[in-house]
Amino acid sequence: MITHQYDVVIVGAGGAGMRAALESSKEARTAVISKLYPTRSHTGAAQGGMCASLANVEEDNWEWHTFDTVKGGDYLVDQDAAEIMAKEAIDAVFDLERMGLPFNRTPEGRIDQRRFGGHTRNHGEAAVRRACYAADRTGHMILQTLYQNCVKQDVEFFNEFYVLDLITDRDLATEDVEEGAEVNATGVVAYDLATGEIHVFQAKAIVFATGGAGKIFKTTSNAHTLTGDGMALAYRRGLPLEDMEFFQFHPTGLAGLGILLSEAARGEGGILRNADGERFMERYAPTIKDLAPRDIVARSMANEVREGRGAGPNKDYVLLDLTHLEPAHIDAKLPDITEFARTYLGIEPYTEPVPVYPTAHYAMGGVPTNVAGEVLRNGHDVVKGLYAAGEVACVSVHGSNRLGTNSLLDINVFGKRSGRSAAAYAKTASFIDLPENPAAMVEAQLTELRERPDGERIADIRRALQETMDANAQVFRTGESLNQALSDIRELRKRYRGASVQDKGKMFNTDLLEAVELGFLLDIAEVTVVGALNRKESRGGHYREDYPDRDDANYMQHTMAYRRPTAAADEADGHIAGYFDHVEEFDGYKVVLGSKTVTQTRYEPMERKY
Amino acid sequence: MTAVMEKADAQPKTGEIPSFDVTIKVRRFNPEGDAAGESYWDEFHITAYGTDRVLDALHKIKWEHDGSLTFRRSCAHGVCGSDAMRINGRNRLACKTLLKDVNPGKPILVEPIKGLPVVKDLVVDMEPFFASYREIMPFLITTGNEPTKERIQSAEQRERFDDTTKCILCAACTSSCPVFWTDGQYFGPAAIVNAHRFIFDSRDEGAQQRLEILNDKEGVWRCRTTFNCTEACPRGIEVTKAIQEVKRAMITRAF
Repeated sequence: MITHQYDVVIVGAGGAGMRAALESSKEARTAVISKLYPTRSHTGAAQGGMCASLANVEEDNWEWHTFDTVKGGDYLVDQDAAEIMAKEAIDAVFDLERMGLPFNRTPEGRIDQRRFGGHTRNHGEAAVRRACYAADRTGHMILQTLYQNCVKQDVEFFNEFYVLDLITDRDLATEDVEEGAEVNATGVVAYDLATGEIHVFQAKAIVFATGGAGKIFKTTSNAHTLTGDGMALAYRRGLPLEDMEFFQFHPTGLAGLGILLSEAARGEGGILRNADGERFMERYAPTIKDLAPRDIVARSMANEVREGRGAGPNKDYVLLDLTHLEPAHIDAKLPDITEFARTYLGIEPYTEPVPVYPTAHYAMGGVPTNVAGEVLRNGHDVVKGLYAAGEVACVSVHGSNRLGTNSLLDINVFGKRSGRSAAAYAKTASFIDLPENPAAMVEAQLTELRERPDGERIADIRRALQETMDANAQVFRTGESLNQALSDIRELRKRYRGASVQDKGKMFNTDLLEAVELGFLLDIAEVTVVGALNRKESRGGHYREDYPDRDDANYMQHTMAYRRPTAAADEADGHIAGYFDHVEEFDGYKVVLGSKTVTQTRYEPMERKY
Repeated sequence: MTAVMEKADAQPKTGEIPSFDVTIKVRRFNPEGDAAGESYWDEFHITAYGTDRVLDALHKIKWEHDGSLTFRRSCAHGVCGSDAMRINGRNRLACKTLLKDVNPGKPILVEPIKGLPVVKDLVVDMEPFFASYREIMPFLITTGNEPTKERIQSAEQRERFDDTTKCILCAACTSSCPVFWTDGQYFGPAAIVNAHRFIFDSRDEGAQQRLEILNDKEGVWRCRTTFNCTEACPRGIEVTKAIQEVKRAMITRAF
């Protein structure tokens, strides 16, 4: 075991992690621990843009952006956080430009802007040009620019290190820690993939920026490495996860593959059509049609397919039509995604429409934080020294459905805030002693996995998990389908305990890490399904066919899911009495659901129409 | 659309994707265990489908045949740059190469990229590659006060370096370069591409410094214009052209 000591440890080197590192490394001794080389992070796969009301090409302001974000999230957004994000968006874009990001330009040489789903002028009148972009590789350019600036600032990285445990001075998973009591994060335990060595990092402040968990689904735009690590680690240590039932399905995944085709395709004029060639979005969102928010477009597409109007030999997808656009325009604005269609499906988008179907894309929920990035351990108490930003976190600016481009914005605004908060805290705090053998749990877990005799393959269990999630917890959900998913997950957990890895080596053992990651996926899938079962309404990305309406009277609350020992009290910390109390018993523990109030400032919930 | 991953039935159904059998020969190397330090060919036979990529085949091997087969991968659609490897003797991204396009009638050969130390199977040590990248100062260098808003740059000025902004640092170019194979000290195409990205950016003021770095004996003059790098680039960057432009800038000091 090798030990390190840093003021600030950042876990994850995607957009949020590196944006945090650029702040904290100026003020405090900082290490970034990442399971990938930083430039491999999935921020790089984001395509379309990053919204900010620069008003470079038409009238716009941050208040409209705030409203769109709140409405887009079906009013489950914390409005104070959304307002901060929309205001700080403007500087976030200028920060990136000054760091060197090559945005596309207007004829005047300013940052160009384009339309994107759900972003409108004057509270829904018409689509507005708000997304700042670099062709259809905006995320790539953000990731590269942040990494370049980390090189410039000499940020210290531990690449291909997997963080496998979070250390706190009170064990929230097993102790009954009273409200208001002080709980400190003191370090993390990491596994060096290259050598198989365990490293313990003691830190005054820790920032989780580990990204999403799209691999709980089979059809997903997410990377193989997006296995919900940070979410699961926090959850296992007794921290709640917020709003996990809200998962975004991006409308335009390449059919059958799930590879993302940016919403920018529709922002630039692309049209969705069914098998009859009908522009069906006119029926579902008469005002902004194809540029309605993603939850609405994805559901509309799935509905077209269900009602028999799908295209293709199996009638199981719809078509993204770009054929009316000038090839030169496509090449200038959408070069990468049109190449995906050519490479993977052999389709020429100049002349043929592209088969598309919704693909699991983004977790709106995650580790709850306040607007400073501090992690909450219940409805109000923070864990001192622990921060989270980006997809792993839930602040909550996305509510029940994130608008396109707001994730790139989220990582920049709240990555920066978390980095600053962490460094400021580290300057005033002292190191807290770690337990005697901080890596004991991780070492035992890895040894057990490595030494387990021949059993079932990890990949078979993972595939079964992903298949049940696609079949039962996707765009359309019912109590019945979700119960099916939950009983499948319980069964898969049993199988997981008997599964084995084939690679018994120490060095670069990706087989072993895939097994660990499957454990994370099972936790995240379970908490997602339990939350979805409990939320007997339809809102944003969560659609219950058995409860098709939004139910503000009972469910205008964030879900807070806690994993507790079976013997613990059933009441969730900081819970609000009412429909939200729900306990799901598992083998050896239980999931307790509580709630947290939605912060409402300017906007009264209204019916959501586009 | 779930047919992609399912086993083919004897009778193809409407819309079913036809399958084919393919042999994959992988260059293996394990730093530990019984065959520690030995490099050898390992052969696998799998059933694949028309949309399957080489990465799908490697996953099928790892997940169904041999869990110890080791390679890097992440995004699986050609944007993260993790899975550059030599496929039938040419550098490509495994996730961007369809099996049907690499002559699947014969065994498909998969090897680690060349010129970087092999760590395990298809995984190489990328550190020397990233060290060269860091040396060329891959970040915007400016002087004077920061503007309060954005810097102004015309669409034409932005277009000047557009091609080299596409780089994903996969090392397909550098590890296809015969000069790099024989001289690991050479900066290699990827570092030069990333220098180009800043040298020709109208906002940048560090071009002279970067040109001095690349004027080194291990710099751009080692390039023999073999075009391997341009052919290897999975992002379609005209790598050799970018290197030529850097050479020209070094002589004319115009950029």
